[in-house]
Amino acid sequence: MTKEELISPENIVYEKPRLLNDVDMHYCPGCSHSMVHKLVAEVIDEMNLEERTIGICPVGCAVFAYRYIDIDWVEAAHGRAPAVASALNRMWPDHLVFTYQGDGDLACIGTGETIHALNRGENITIIFINNAIYGMTGGQMAPTTLMGMKTSTCPYGRQADLHGFPLPITDMAATLNGTCYVTRQAVHTVAAINRTKKALRKAFENSLQHKGASLVEIVSTCNSGWKMSPIKANEWMEQELFKAYPLGDLKDLEEGVIK
Amino acid sequence: MKKVNGAIVVNAERCKGCGLCVNACRLGLITMTKKTVNHKGYPYAEQQDWEKCNACRACAIVCPDGCITVYKSETSVD
Ligand SMILES: Cc1ncc(C[n+]2csc(CCOP(=O)(O)OP(=O)(O)O)c2C)c(N)n1
Ligand code: SF4
Ligand code: SF4
Repeated sequence: MTKEELISPENIVYEKPRLLNDVDMHYCPGCSHSMVHKLVAEVIDEMNLEERTIGICPVGCAVFAYRYIDIDWVEAAHGRAPAVASALNRMWPDHLVFTYQGDGDLACIGTGETIHALNRGENITIIFINNAIYGMTGGQMAPTTLMGMKTSTCPYGRQADLHGFPLPITDMAATLNGTCYVTRQAVHTVAAINRTKKALRKAFENSLQHKGASLVEIVSTCNSGWKMSPIKANEWMEQELFKAYPLGDLKDLEEGVIK
Repeated sequence: MKKVNGAIVVNAERCKGCGLCVNACRLGLITMTKKTVNHKGYPYAEQQDWEKCNACRACAIVCPDGCITVYKSETSVD
């Protein structure tokens, strides 16, 4: 078989998801944001929800998410995505409504909105990109920054007496009565990517079935902000971030998992 | 007996040269360009020895930007 014969549309077994637009995504090379966008586009298409999904963009690197995935979007003010999502889902309860937020957006300026939307049991999915810093604005310390981790605003490393401790917001979410599914995943290997895809599908199904709020945290790399190559960033994430943010389900009412 | 024929096509203009696909290919079939860059100024991924590709899709799955299309076809060999 020649290469020309092989490279023919009927032989395609993997390609860019249909709902991921042809425009270039502005994310840095190797950024987890791009990877998660790709998965969200795949899952929405596989679930046939293209015409029935509303995403809420955050402020942060993902501020332009509406350009990249071909569904309906609303841009929220910094941290307010869960409040906007709550309102939209109450108006359109038959729609899948999800927010897409970084750790600065979700766990700092938007902590109140996040906790209360989860606690009210809004039938929404929150996708939480935890890269342990503020990526967009130059790698400042975030609530999720690890102890001892150096960032542009804690150049000597995060210290408890000066900066306080990392905020375990996902663990907190699992304790709230309004949440039905709380999980922590990553997208650095084929296996991890497949698990994240399943988690997103489960969260979206919960939202459509009005089971309460679902939170999918994705422990992510920001290789530019961490000043590492994409491959090194994945290694560092496995060695350091996973210690503080271990992967797995924290709560799944369906499976009876409550950690 | 069946033989799996696989090959990838990289969208060179969409590629950002992150190198994650190079790392994911267990057969080591992907390299980055050394002297040429795309319109964004990034080196881009290229497949060498496509005849060895088994269309496992690992490179395409880990590509954050969806730049890789994977082709697969089975032919019988006696
Ligand atoms: C009200 C308001 N305060 C501050 C900012 C500046 N700002 C923009 S993005 C950002 C943090 C983003 O970090 P994160 O949510 O972790 O997302 P990432 O960029 O890492 O994906 C901040 C503080 C702003 N745009 N609006
Ligand atoms: S700054 Fe970090 S989070 Fe933002 S696009 Fe680049 S790698 Fe991704
Ligand atoms: S993973 Fe994708 S963006 Fe990165 S080098 Fe390979 S083809 Fe290019």
